[in-house]
Amino acid sequence: MYAYPFSYHRAKSLAEASKLLQQLGDESRVLAGGQSLIPLMKMRLARPSALIDINFVPGLADIQSPNGELRFGALARHADIEVSEAAAAIPILNDCAAGIADVQVRNQGTIGGSLAEADPSGDWGATLLTLETSVQCTGPQGERSIALEEFIKDAYTTVLAHDELVREIIVKRPPKSSGGAYLAFKRSAPVYATVSAAVQLTLDGKDICKDVRIVLGCVGLTAIRAKQAEAELHGKKVDGKTIQRAAEAAREAAEPQSDMRGSADYKRALVAALVKRAIGTAVRRARGERVEAGHEYVGR
Amino acid sequence: MSGVEKVSVRIRVNSEPREALVEPRTLLVEFLRENLNLTGTHIGCDTTYCGACTVLLNGRTVKSCTLFAPMADGGEITTVEGLSTNGALHPVQHAFAECHGLQCGYCTPGLLLSTVHLLNKNAKPTDKQIRKAIAGNTCRCTGYQNILKAIRMASDEMGKH
Repeated sequence: MYAYPFSYHRAKSLAEASKLLQQLGDESRVLAGGQSLIPLMKMRLARPSALIDINFVPGLADIQSPNGELRFGALARHADIEVSEAAAAIPILNDCAAGIADVQVRNQGTIGGSLAEADPSGDWGATLLTLETSVQCTGPQGERSIALEEFIKDAYTTVLAHDELVREIIVKRPPKSSGGAYLAFKRSAPVYATVSAAVQLTLDGKDICKDVRIVLGCVGLTAIRAKQAEAELHGKKVDGKTIQRAAEAAREAAEPQSDMRGSADYKRALVAALVKRAIGTAVRRARGERVEAGHEYVGR
Repeated sequence: MSGVEKVSVRIRVNSEPREALVEPRTLLVEFLRENLNLTGTHIGCDTTYCGACTVLLNGRTVKSCTLFAPMADGGEITTVEGLSTNGALHPVQHAFAECHGLQCGYCTPGLLLSTVHLLNKNAKPTDKQIRKAIAGNTCRCTGYQNILKAIRMASDEMGKH
């Protein structure tokens, strides 16, 4: 399949990319890993007149962990994050990175591209909303730091101006007694999840939940923070009963659409089941256990 | 429309420098097949699903239907044509043949390169790791059992040397 014709421009820096976006106008777009954009262009659902390739910008794929933070360059590939020591320290990041699509897509797709695409079924949005995450952006007015909650505005829409680009994603390391899990249920490896659930919680010594975030993916125009579900756990002992109540509240918070991946009712049932299990895994990890979790599909 | 200006793409393919002037929208798989006549890399679904078009770009597998050729400029590519040496099959190719890890053969070039990539990173993968490594390669003939056997055999054979 052929995309519509476009002119190709290679930026050597983000400042140059921003300038090119201005010069080439509204129909120009940034090309990072291309794993969302290129399929859209081939199906002619996207028709940019110009692409600005940032893959050749040096230093944009670095993964660093300075004091109390993780910093992912916009071009850090999912596969690099999967094996990074930085992400190994925060299991929910590994859950997410290690199961996005398949090996080939993870080798090419980028964390910055995923967030800037703001696909409601994207994995990184739901995962990173459970942590203190900020997006460092570069534009003609210089740099600005945007909390991820504010960065994602709507389906496929961020607050980025046309001539602004993601430079870095900064994640605050959660406290020691914190644990998280990201579960994504999909029909096969290469496709988007049907439903996903991300949970990050902090316990005191007696299984009382001091802090919790619960985020649902694929069941709304953006990833949804299930605040009522969080309230069912906050300040309480995390046990079978409170987990059940949180799962029910999460089911209520979901706004799924029926589509080829499943009916709205089916997706609501999945939300409850995944949230329940994600909380269970998060609790065990908060206690220091090593538990495997992540994307689930037949034949894995 | 100013968008038809061609761009020069230089890539080392199977250790040989290659170059062509192409439209920017040329997919990497088309560059390989149409410009370089390397038709071992197959187009299957053409929608980033099936993995028939898998090649190694700078040592890592990518779906060559989901890259524009200019993105690979300056890179190093290995296709199925680059696996054998002086007519001798690569151990992974040999294992696929021995174990009947293919029937129609359409998905095979992609599976071979996914296997090479896996064994380069992890010489002794578990069955679970093998399944995860080939999750992006669809085979509609074999039911995968003989592919798993072939990958295990390749791992054993390559471990002996």
